[in-house]
Amino acid sequence: MTRNTILSLLGLALAGTANAEWALNMPKGITDLSLETYNLHMMVFWWCVGIGIVVFGVMVISLIKHRKSNNVSPATFSHSTTAEVIWTAIPVIILILIAVPTAETMVKMEDSRKPDMSIVVTGFQWKWHYKYQDSDVEFYSSLARPSLEARRKQSGIDPFAVENYLLEVDNPVVVPRGAKVRLLFTSNDVIHSWWVKDLAIKKDAIPGIVNEAWFRANESGTYRGQCAELCGKDHGYMPIVVEVVEPAAYTAWVNSHDAEQ
Amino acid sequence: MNTAAHDSHDHDDHGPVKGIRRWLFSTNHKDIGTMYLIFSLTMFFIGGLMAMVIRSELAIPGLQFVHPEFFNQMTTMHALIMVFGAVMPAFVGLANWMIPLMIGAPDMALPRMNNWSFWILPVAFSILLSTLLMPGGSPAGGWTMYPPLVLQTGNAFPFLIFSVHLMGLSSIMGAINIIVTVINMRAPDMSLLKMPMFVWTWLITAYLLIAVMPVLAGAVTMLLTDQFFGTSFFLAAGGGDPVMFQHIFWFFGHPEVYIMILPAFGVVSEIIPTFARKKLFGHDSMVYAASCIAFLSFIVWAHHMFTVGMPLTGQLFFMFATMLIAVPTGVKIFNWVATMWRGSMTFETPMLFSLAFVFLFTIGGFSGLMLAVAPADVQYHDTYFVVAHFHYVLVPGSVFAIMAGAYYWLPKWTGHMYNETLGKVHFWASAIFVNVTFFPMHFLGLAGMPRRIPDYSTQFADFNTIASIGAIGFGLSQLLFVWVLLTSRKGAKATDRVWEGSHGLEWTVPSPAPYHTFATPPKARIANEAFE
Repeated sequence: MTRNTILSLLGLALAGTANAEWALNMPKGITDLSLETYNLHMMVFWWCVGIGIVVFGVMVISLIKHRKSNNVSPATFSHSTTAEVIWTAIPVIILILIAVPTAETMVKMEDSRKPDMSIVVTGFQWKWHYKYQDSDVEFYSSLARPSLEARRKQSGIDPFAVENYLLEVDNPVVVPRGAKVRLLFTSNDVIHSWWVKDLAIKKDAIPGIVNEAWFRANESGTYRGQCAELCGKDHGYMPIVVEVVEPAAYTAWVNSHDAEQ
Repeated sequence: MNTAAHDSHDHDDHGPVKGIRRWLFSTNHKDIGTMYLIFSLTMFFIGGLMAMVIRSELAIPGLQFVHPEFFNQMTTMHALIMVFGAVMPAFVGLANWMIPLMIGAPDMALPRMNNWSFWILPVAFSILLSTLLMPGGSPAGGWTMYPPLVLQTGNAFPFLIFSVHLMGLSSIMGAINIIVTVINMRAPDMSLLKMPMFVWTWLITAYLLIAVMPVLAGAVTMLLTDQFFGTSFFLAAGGGDPVMFQHIFWFFGHPEVYIMILPAFGVVSEIIPTFARKKLFGHDSMVYAASCIAFLSFIVWAHHMFTVGMPLTGQLFFMFATMLIAVPTGVKIFNWVATMWRGSMTFETPMLFSLAFVFLFTIGGFSGLMLAVAPADVQYHDTYFVVAHFHYVLVPGSVFAIMAGAYYWLPKWTGHMYNETLGKVHFWASAIFVNVTFFPMHFLGLAGMPRRIPDYSTQFADFNTIASIGAIGFGLSQLLFVWVLLTSRKGAKATDRVWEGSHGLEWTVPSPAPYHTFATPPKARIANEAFE
């Protein structure tokens, strides 16, 4: 009886977590550079796991064996130049192994030459403004109405009932798949930060400064992000939605936008 | 060994004056140390209460308890209070109590300044806390005070700046005092390299404080003049640069994080040898490693700013310099493990906290190494991964070291043993809940949850609930610490040495340590040899 209850509770918990589509790790993303970033992240992670196993392993062995209750008398050594040289040199070598591929990725990230199109992204308290430089398209992008209503204090609306709670906007950014898109960031008031994890882009939008970043999306789909720099009371309520579409669909979208304006 | 005990019975020796004057006008390093420690514990609970507000709001998605403005006030005040009110004064308190005892000095070199540097703190934090009652509430722009956002602070703004000035003043005076004491007042036969590790790490920390606290004061003064006197240091509209503030702030801010961890290294380096009954492995290399860390801390600041749009060469420089810190930090950890190796360990509460420190600080170090990798940092920056990282180095790092130090030296301070069972319960509750609180935050950050938000998308719900349960458990566990402190006077009388493996001058004086100690300088070497 009790056992069955526990089992069914466990099952419920598992089902619940599956529904909530939570993730444990950084996504691989949809650009070559987001994949490289993911790989760097995993490489350093596994180095840390390896070092952790060695250091914690030695420590645990020591904690088990070298305790007073085992009637061991303490050794008297208090230094060893050889050991110290070794455990200074090994980390240096590991760091070089990490640094080289990282630097290579960084060089690629900074190479924003020859973009196919550019979008000026301006941060506002608390929404984003997008202006496509190669056409007349420009618009504000703010939190979508269902989230807006549910986010109020004690709104009585269950966030779980709202689709993409806090991660949906009224006007998403639309970009064509396969094009090199350059983003130019600035701000109208305080510092914001434009972050879409699947593009591996997080860049501060700073008043008086124009920052740039670029991406080339390999897959179409909808990708979500949020402002990542504290920008005042509604910092948590200025999401970003990027829709990557096929080039033909993108052209149609631009034309329909032009017609509207 | 008996010289110190004898001193305390000298005819010209006198005890403290009675009543409030003892504390208000105190120039005694032990009294001032006690005041620092009590102040720090008070701030720890006030800042902790704010953390409870934060974690309660974040327990489930949706906004239940507070408005976003107040949430931001809580995160800002929690950080300022924990950094400047809890962790830093706790280490100054330990330094005040222990440095004179460890180097055989009768008191701190500048006792009146010592009094002043303490009494500035309650004033500074009264000012800071009073902003909670002001129109517009307390500062809500983050403890990093980035402009232009911080300039939108309401009436609280000048009070924020002034209280930060006062905290800086207090720290600078405390640091000067420690340097002068350590350089001039050591026992005659205690050379610099013979100093205990806690004294060493504090000496280095004191230099860091003197170097960077004025920088912070300068940065916040520029904020003040931007707000009230028409300057445009950080205002783009007037030709200023908002990013310049970040450079100046983190030039202070990165050494600041080592200010909060180097004394912790010192405490742990005292405790592990005591309970392993074996000398600290590689004493001199520990000193060099701490010095290296201190030096490197000045040239890594912009790793907090990989997303502001720096030139590639700048990013590369700061990335490589940051990674280098792993080398001396690794040396420290390896040395602690080597100290335990083939020792004869027992596991009293101070040792348990120190061991947890080594384990969990290392985990914080690993996430630090990950954060150093600039392209990955773009993904981690300003997410809960960063929150997990710095709480791992600050809570089971600095705070556990402070707890370890408190349990370790408490019998020397009070003359009574604390309740070991309760101490162990406190340890295990803290160690378990601290991981329940902060470990899931790694996953939250990687999955994409930004920090400093009052509400979040439903996909982050599970881990946030776990973290909130852990936080409330951790908060309640700390009440046990207060209980242990309050009941410790009923404990058994402590011997002078207190611990079987204790070493150093502080254990040659009686427990509790008399009001005045080392009126005549002791022979450090004789004291040490007696115990070896």
